[in-house]
Amino acid sequence: MGADVFIAVLGVGAGIIAGVFGVGGGVVFVPALVFFLGMSQVHAQSTSLLAIIPVALLGTWQERRTGGVDWRHVAIIGAASVATAIIGALIADSAPERVLRAGYALILVWTAYRLVQGVRRRRAAAAADRS
Amino acid sequence: MAEATSAAGMRTALIFAGGAAGLVSALFGVGGGIVIVPILVAFAGYGAKRATSTSLAAIILVALWGALAQGLLGNVDWRAALLIGIPAMLGVTLGIGIKRRITSDQLELGFAALMVVVAVALVVR
Repeated sequence: MGADVFIAVLGVGAGIIAGVFGVGGGVVFVPALVFFLGMSQVHAQSTSLLAIIPVALLGTWQERRTGGVDWRHVAIIGAASVATAIIGALIADSAPERVLRAGYALILVWTAYRLVQGVRRRRAAAAADRS
Repeated sequence: MAEATSAAGMRTALIFAGGAAGLVSALFGVGGGIVIVPILVAFAGYGAKRATSTSLAAIILVALWGALAQGLLGNVDWRAALLIGIPAMLGVTLGIGIKRRITSDQLELGFAALMVVVAVALVVR
């Protein structure tokens, strides 16, 4: 029970971070599961996959009025991802823990790089406005 | 910039986005937006905002396949996933509200640095 409350608080906190910085749930959930719940990399990643779904559902529902989503395109992307998702899961399942960690670390570094790029773009736009 | 994308080109771009997203998502436990968004912008003539909305919707399916596959392999802690994912819906809503009030370059750069620290911590762990 106490552990469940702790995990739920972790979920709220991870969600706040994802919302504030505009990053996906996966880059917050996995480190949270590894460092706070002591999960192995493959278990943390796999659990993160399921945890992402409610967040993506909510986000999509909130944006339903903007009408920017072409559902036929979504269906094609979704259908095209079935086979590679199975392959990815099989690779993750058999990959050594250290290798998986290193690969995931690259995803974090890439996401950090994109954040920095976003800040630089904003600054450049602000500078252009001033001139 | 915004050159017209042919129907065949569009279909190829979408299949490419889905294929890449499925692999990255199931392999690393992320949604796959980091590959879907750039591919839609570069090859499907999408603007950044529309690419993000479409990516978010596609992630529901992409993450579902990965979660099912990993679940069959016995790697998913279903209880922890729901205990994290459902409260995270509240968290994200709060987070987006906070973002509207305070956007700070320093805060974002600090978070980017923190992510690199976490990446290093994961590798040396």
